[in-house]
Amino acid sequence: MTRAMPDVSGFFDRVWCLHEIRPLGAGRSLLAIDRIFLHERTGAVALEALARRGQTVRAPLRTFCTMDHIVDTTVGRSDATRMPGGTAFITATRAAARAAGLRVFDLDDPDQGIVHVIAPELGLALPGASLVCPDSHTSTQGALGALAFGIGSTEAEHALATGALRVKRPAPLRIRVDGGLAPGVSAKDLALAIIARLGPDGASGQVIEYSGSGIRALSMEGRMTLCNLAAELSAFAAIIAPDDTTFEYVAGTPFAPKGALWDRALDHWRQLSSGIDEQPVDEVFDTTGLAPRVTWGTSPAQSVPIDVPVPDIGGVPEAGESLRRACEYMGLTPGTRLQDLAIDAAFIGSCTNGRLSDLREAARVLRGRRVAPGVRALCVPGSSRVKRAAEAEGLDRVFREAGFEWRESGCSMCFYAGGESFGRRERVISSTNRNFESRQGPETRTHLASPATVAASAVAGRITDPRTLGAS
Amino acid sequence: MPLKGLTSVAAPLLRDNVDTDAIIPSREMKTVGKIGLADGLFAGWRYQSVGSRVPEPSFVLNHPAYAGARILLTGRNFGCGSSREHAVWALSEYGFRVIIAASFAPIFEGNCLRNGLLPARLERHDIEQLAQLATRAEAPRPITIDVERGSVRCGELVLHFSLDGEAREMLITGRDAIGLTLADGGAATIDAWLESDTHRRPWIYPGADR
Repeated sequence: MTRAMPDVSGFFDRVWCLHEIRPLGAGRSLLAIDRIFLHERTGAVALEALARRGQTVRAPLRTFCTMDHIVDTTVGRSDATRMPGGTAFITATRAAARAAGLRVFDLDDPDQGIVHVIAPELGLALPGASLVCPDSHTSTQGALGALAFGIGSTEAEHALATGALRVKRPAPLRIRVDGGLAPGVSAKDLALAIIARLGPDGASGQVIEYSGSGIRALSMEGRMTLCNLAAELSAFAAIIAPDDTTFEYVAGTPFAPKGALWDRALDHWRQLSSGIDEQPVDEVFDTTGLAPRVTWGTSPAQSVPIDVPVPDIGGVPEAGESLRRACEYMGLTPGTRLQDLAIDAAFIGSCTNGRLSDLREAARVLRGRRVAPGVRALCVPGSSRVKRAAEAEGLDRVFREAGFEWRESGCSMCFYAGGESFGRRERVISSTNRNFESRQGPETRTHLASPATVAASAVAGRITDPRTLGAS
Repeated sequence: MPLKGLTSVAAPLLRDNVDTDAIIPSREMKTVGKIGLADGLFAGWRYQSVGSRVPEPSFVLNHPAYAGARILLTGRNFGCGSSREHAVWALSEYGFRVIIAASFAPIFEGNCLRNGLLPARLERHDIEQLAQLATRAEAPRPITIDVERGSVRCGELVLHFSLDGEAREMLITGRDAIGLTLADGGAATIDAWLESDTHRRPWIYPGADR
């Protein structure tokens, strides 16, 4: 029953066609939305606005809501938040979501967690499906072969009311990645390298289609990290055609189709992705020589291999001013060696790097070691499932014994919402996604890196190459 | 809030990659809703320290010449980062109706169009020329925007931006997207499509929820 595919088209084109209800002119289509995910930061705003218009949620069984953005992550938490006024976001979203008949992954739900961690792990994001969420990192879920994209709150109202969105068809940007990752080097480092090469708007409004041996070799979780950071290229979305790695991952999830329905879905997905890796590409990345990377500035595009100093400002006059501003904010000068920088704090977590494999990667570095004196270190699992799985392996003990705080899941200090934060001008190494000014606290200086690099730096008390501590 | 055009002073913020955390920091999104955000607009740059409301005199919006500016001139990739629509709500509530940039981040651009804020793209060198003409701080010269014609005029200088038909119509009429989708048999078209897709991809529809 699968619809015939156009002869020459990329994976994104195929998924797009599968959801096109009707063309609207000027490259725009009415696109069917299979799954909508809400969270407490904007969920109540969208649902209440919808109710005020006299509209209801069209497909409540295909709409989900989690509590992640501003929830407290300390053990024994309640609706109370560190952020002043945050409780109202939780209670209002809960009330509106329940009234609309949505499945809510609430604070005490064993499946609660960051939306882009739980949607894949629960099997709510599926290959070839369309999924939207009012969050820019929705691109994460493209790792499963879903057309997953972030939207605003008003667009969420539209999707909730109609089950569809009016979308201008984005152009694809096909990126092939060749080669595997060396020990101590992760998908995060690959993503930072790609963003550094293409720039912070290097895929502006486009759908990145990742392919190649380097992508096929990545685990599902590595692919999620890579697709997550497409948001930092201003991409519309990122997508990876599903393969056996994807199908194995999805097969074990609670909401995935079962029995005969699974067989049928699997046939459909295989047909949808057949012949995809032979497509021509726009960019090629070779992972040979790829090293752990760390950002030095205030854009995720401002990163260097860990042993390369902060770049010189000269050269490009246009860019000079922003580089100067970034250096000033970060308290650096061109030529500074990143590994000479002492850190005040280390953070592991977020939709970028808060999954089980990320925690394992960090724990391998931390095992038998201690966080340097004076460094505040936190690990915030990306979901309650991740937390339980990590505890079952004893990873929580590794983190705790090293001197890390071990938290409940949530977005936590990936961003500063007025509650918990890192201190003024503190230097933080972080496995998150944004090093914008004051993102993690007032005037906080954020260096983005992989979980292994964050762990190694926490131990050394300064930015440190995880390979020197035996990261694998 | 329909927008056919306007004439206003323009405030220059000629930086690239102004992110939505800079436009409205998360800490300034204090209540559930779309209002009460203007005070938090550009809070990190506009005030002397985080949490304070003491104006930072060097920031462009605190310059008396740009009080009441309804047009913002900026660089590439404006509105990158978080999808928070609060960035657009804050800009609108402050009084901006037009953002002229070399490019916009995609979610931000969509959010503008859903809220009657015009995202006008011009070439970087045109924006620089416009800024030189329009933003001499002693005596800023107003800019006139015509949405229908897609024109930006400042004295003798006339520049053009392009906007697709739907975006233009939504700005000029203030028509809302849900209404547009459900009008003229739109709801029935969606119903029929979903009915057939339920047979094509049944695993998408738990409990036949269409």
